[in-house]
Amino acid sequence: MTIAFYNALKAQFPGLKQDMGQDMPVLEVLPKDYRALFEFLKTVHGYDMLMDLTAVDWGLHSADWPGTTRFSLAVHLFSSTQKSYLRVISSIQESTQHPSLSALYPAANWHEREAFDMFGISFQGHPDLKRILMWDGYPYHPLLKDFPLAGIETDLPAADVAEATKATVIAAPMMGGPFRASGQGAASQTPSSQAEPQALDESWTESRPKPSCLKL
Amino acid sequence: MKTTTQTQEWTYAREETQDSGSERLFLNMGPSHPATHGVLRLMLELDGDRVVKCDPVIGYLHRGDEKIAENMTYNQFIPYTDRLDYLAPLHNNVTYVLAVEQLAKLQVPPRCQAIRVMCCELARISSHLLGLGAYGMDAGAMSIFLYTFTQREHLYTLFEKLTGARFTTSYTRVGGLTRDIPPGWLEAVSAFLDQFIPALDEIEGLLTRNKIWLERTENIGIISREDALAYGLTGPNLRASGVDLDLRRDKPYSGYEQYDFDVPIGTKGDAYDRYLVRMEEMRQSVRILRQVIKTFPPGPWYAEEARKIFAPPKAKVLTSMEELIQNFMLVTTGPQIPPGQVYFEAENPKGALGFFIVSKGGGVPYRLKIRGPSFSTLSILPKLVPGHMMTDITVILGSLDFVMGECDR
Repeated sequence: MTIAFYNALKAQFPGLKQDMGQDMPVLEVLPKDYRALFEFLKTVHGYDMLMDLTAVDWGLHSADWPGTTRFSLAVHLFSSTQKSYLRVISSIQESTQHPSLSALYPAANWHEREAFDMFGISFQGHPDLKRILMWDGYPYHPLLKDFPLAGIETDLPAADVAEATKATVIAAPMMGGPFRASGQGAASQTPSSQAEPQALDESWTESRPKPSCLKL
Repeated sequence: MKTTTQTQEWTYAREETQDSGSERLFLNMGPSHPATHGVLRLMLELDGDRVVKCDPVIGYLHRGDEKIAENMTYNQFIPYTDRLDYLAPLHNNVTYVLAVEQLAKLQVPPRCQAIRVMCCELARISSHLLGLGAYGMDAGAMSIFLYTFTQREHLYTLFEKLTGARFTTSYTRVGGLTRDIPPGWLEAVSAFLDQFIPALDEIEGLLTRNKIWLERTENIGIISREDALAYGLTGPNLRASGVDLDLRRDKPYSGYEQYDFDVPIGTKGDAYDRYLVRMEEMRQSVRILRQVIKTFPPGPWYAEEARKIFAPPKAKVLTSMEELIQNFMLVTTGPQIPPGQVYFEAENPKGALGFFIVSKGGGVPYRLKIRGPSFSTLSILPKLVPGHMMTDITVILGSLDFVMGECDR
């Protein structure tokens, strides 16, 4: 990113922060400037392709740290003429309605649906915000850090089939595999099929018990 | 077309049109349909034989790869990348480790880079051959499939010699590979390439000027340059629409800048152009492979100095204390990657496969997002399909050459 380019952006959006990432320039934008920044980047600076739009969940306890929000949105743009990438990040809270980019970049349509499906982030002005990878009526958002790796038992997608068979979608048995399960080994009393698999990051450890809101 | 699992919106749509008095047929295509190349489901609204509305439903192959990645070390995730674009697993392996290596700021030796380039190009030929065979079959040209699968069989033999597996290769590791190339492998690749070009000429002879093929594919599924860019199409589908963009040339990685190759682009963006672009790409891949074999560098095949990332050879682990500890730490805690964020894309056979990795340090990614090119490719269907005949859908799907493994992840 050239200095002139950044200065032009900074004049337009005073709250903008810039950083030279190790892979591409990174812009951090305030949620209020989000939509306008993309319009500017697309029309004036030729970032004509939206390659990827996704979210990062910083965890249930992220609000405990100063200046941290629950989610970051990360959008990767590419300019087909200058052949350069740009990452735009925006820190958002769970409750905020975020403007949709799908009118500006049609590619954002499905990516935003995925972010909604996986994280529960809603996008204002999206033409058809519904689940994309999970089925309609699925009650959870699986990529949240407080969602267990094994999954949670839910109803079958088809109500008529569920009624006839009385079957449910059951959580994955976590025997063996590369995940660390608590209660593994001969000394343990818990059979490994019932042990809760632990994420290898900081969540779900003895010092940080699993959140009760999920009611496993 | 009434099924027990009919969705509510489906019923609503039907009631709406009945009120307005028009005669529309609602047709469900997939998720188990041979022309949907996996488990894609299309909800179609037909006016006679013409498609008025096409609503793709995806997610039938969703396995939660991104959730799984957050719970295992970087190297443990490599077998999962085989199952993204499962028609070019070697290329996925390479793209994934390149992303992690960029995060670790790790440079692998030239020999390792050359082997990876060969993996990528062989995978590209293999993927395009399958895409072409299935495409031909969708349009009714059954025999193409037999010709392309004969060639793929040769490629699988080469993969097996190199990696030990024919299909799910899991060949790369962060900082290197699982093993060096076996003796005589380069000669075997050379021999394959020598017989491949005449075989490709034969396939081209069957299709390129074939009247039926032209009738089925020309002016079908035209994607304009603007649409291709707006919907985030990449790879051959984007180039067929006339956008001159190839990450191997424009954003070179793994030493691609040393090799000389042309990037074919289309003029019209129809199904025939996409066919032509893939045919030419296979020839360019052969060209790259010949250059790699000619300039194949000697030296180490893994990053020897990356002691916290790449496990030492087994012989050393069994004989030396330091290497034993190093190996133990790598297996138990994973390769140690510094904190940071990286988004890396490589030119996969189906388009730009991207990995966005957020690391807090240590052996496990905090967040790993996979940008599957087929995901974006399929998002254009609601715009592309309406206006075409029902029978053209199979041709359009075949020409887009998508794979549900990386779409649904």
